[in-house]
Amino acid sequence: MTRRAVARALVHLSLIAATLVVLLPLVVVLLTSLKSEKEMADTSGALELPHDLLNFHNYVAAFQDGEMLSAFMNTTIILLVSVAGTVLIGSMTAYAIDRFTFRFKKLVVALFLTAALVPGVTTQVATFQIVNSFGMFDTLWAPIALYMGTDIVSIYIFLQFVRSIPISLDESARLDGANAFTIYRKIIFPLLKPATATVVIVKGITVYNDFYIPFLYMPSEDLGVISTSLFRFKGPYAAHWEVISAGAVLVILPTLIVFLSLQRFIYNGFMRGATR
Amino acid sequence: MTDTTEKAAVEVSAAAPVPAPASRRTRAWRGVTPWLFLIAPLALLITFTYAPIVNMLAYSFTDWDGVSPVLHYTGVENYQEVFTRPDLFEVFWVSGYYLAASAVQIVLALYFATILSFDVRFRNFFKGVLFFPYLINGVAIGFVFLYFFQDGGTLDSVLSLLGVHTDHAWLGTPASANTSLAGVSVWRYLGLNFVLFLGAIQSIPGELYEAAELDGANRWHQFRHIIAPGIKPVLTLTVILSISGSLSVFEIPYIMTGGATGTETFVIQTVNLAFRFNKTGLASAAAIVLLLIILLVTWVQRRLVPDDKVDLV
Repeated sequence: MTRRAVARALVHLSLIAATLVVLLPLVVVLLTSLKSEKEMADTSGALELPHDLLNFHNYVAAFQDGEMLSAFMNTTIILLVSVAGTVLIGSMTAYAIDRFTFRFKKLVVALFLTAALVPGVTTQVATFQIVNSFGMFDTLWAPIALYMGTDIVSIYIFLQFVRSIPISLDESARLDGANAFTIYRKIIFPLLKPATATVVIVKGITVYNDFYIPFLYMPSEDLGVISTSLFRFKGPYAAHWEVISAGAVLVILPTLIVFLSLQRFIYNGFMRGATR
Repeated sequence: MTDTTEKAAVEVSAAAPVPAPASRRTRAWRGVTPWLFLIAPLALLITFTYAPIVNMLAYSFTDWDGVSPVLHYTGVENYQEVFTRPDLFEVFWVSGYYLAASAVQIVLALYFATILSFDVRFRNFFKGVLFFPYLINGVAIGFVFLYFFQDGGTLDSVLSLLGVHTDHAWLGTPASANTSLAGVSVWRYLGLNFVLFLGAIQSIPGELYEAAELDGANRWHQFRHIIAPGIKPVLTLTVILSISGSLSVFEIPYIMTGGATGTETFVIQTVNLAFRFNKTGLASAAAIVLLLIILLVTWVQRRLVPDDKVDLV
């Protein structure tokens, strides 16, 4: 009995320790973002509370000087277009692969399958030349094309769901005179809603957080997305941790809100996405 | 749940009727239709995945600088350079820190997934806390931890609160900096492993635990004989992802140190070679080497643990 109680206490202790490790760095950054420049210079402890918990000066500075508004706009455009494209491409590919037999089908499947093994970061040297030759370098199209063109995970997710839709539905629609496109549009795609939700969440978070692709392909300052705009804080604000912190909080906040409101779907989405 | 859908899928495809003989025109249409759906995905796939690999292979045998119209064929010189120039090859040792960190990460994730799959108070809160870092923007994480490791930053403040006064520059020496950065990577990616393990553990039928408990099995026995075998596929997938992840670390060290004080990783080096020093040929050879290593690791894993789930059709 007592041994059990000790074990229970240890389990809870480990959970509390983990919570502290996760939350402490984030809470400190939140506190820092509310301090004034003078406070930062006077006090040495990072753990000290700010004098004024409603001091949002740093947020205004970060938002305006860091051009966060245009960063959020660019991110939104890229996010909407590439997520919509990924959904369309993923579902069409899954439909074609699962519902048709055609020549070279094995080859096509093998091409998609093998591509999943190639980490994007390794091929960037040559991908860069291709993007450049299309004239997409330093435009919003570069990340959009790359996000749409390389997402194998979403194809897997859609494929699992297309398989679970009974073929008899297709057959009866075909008897009623529907062609393949009508079947895809009116039957398959609407039934893929759960898969679409998963792909939108997983892809959306990936695109929102990606740093590598916008950093390489959109060096122009007015084409900053939230990652690259935040990264630029490193130069001008090098010693101003209160402003950098405010920028970081501004970027984390939308993720936190989405996470809290969609928690269950997000867990499921990532479980499906990663194990395919 | 996955199990039942998979079974249903198998039944459906087994019961699929043979298409009725159609006229020649409709048959021709049916031959073209799948390609209409596949044309855009295939074009993107080939343009942005396969063409780069082929090009990269070609560049790797040249001295191209990425800009000039002339490039000379140099044979395997670039590959020789990658393997023989100590400073180019050294970056692989940095991966060792991240590899060690992923071992720690997997053990911790497994532990937390196990205890949180049983009834614990505030379970959903702890689940959320452990997973959330995975969703945070990498640049934001980089800044949070730059401040964390600063002189008089979060870590120093916490330590002095505990009565430990260090004058340690956490990102100052290669060993300390790499350990710190690898720690950040554990902080960031633990949540993904945790959620994957949690999902796998929850798909194990609950009766098994009850039966085991009746037989007098304690938690450790349950873990050893029910949970561990039950999540083996996810565990091997995680191991393979960790190895290839450790080899291709980029974001956190690039954002936090820019690769200074011996924290340069293979990908940072490749990016610098290609885009800062204009050595496209050499960078391509380096990238091909990394790609081959990752493919080799994946292949070995597939041989060791045949994964019957990877059937696309």
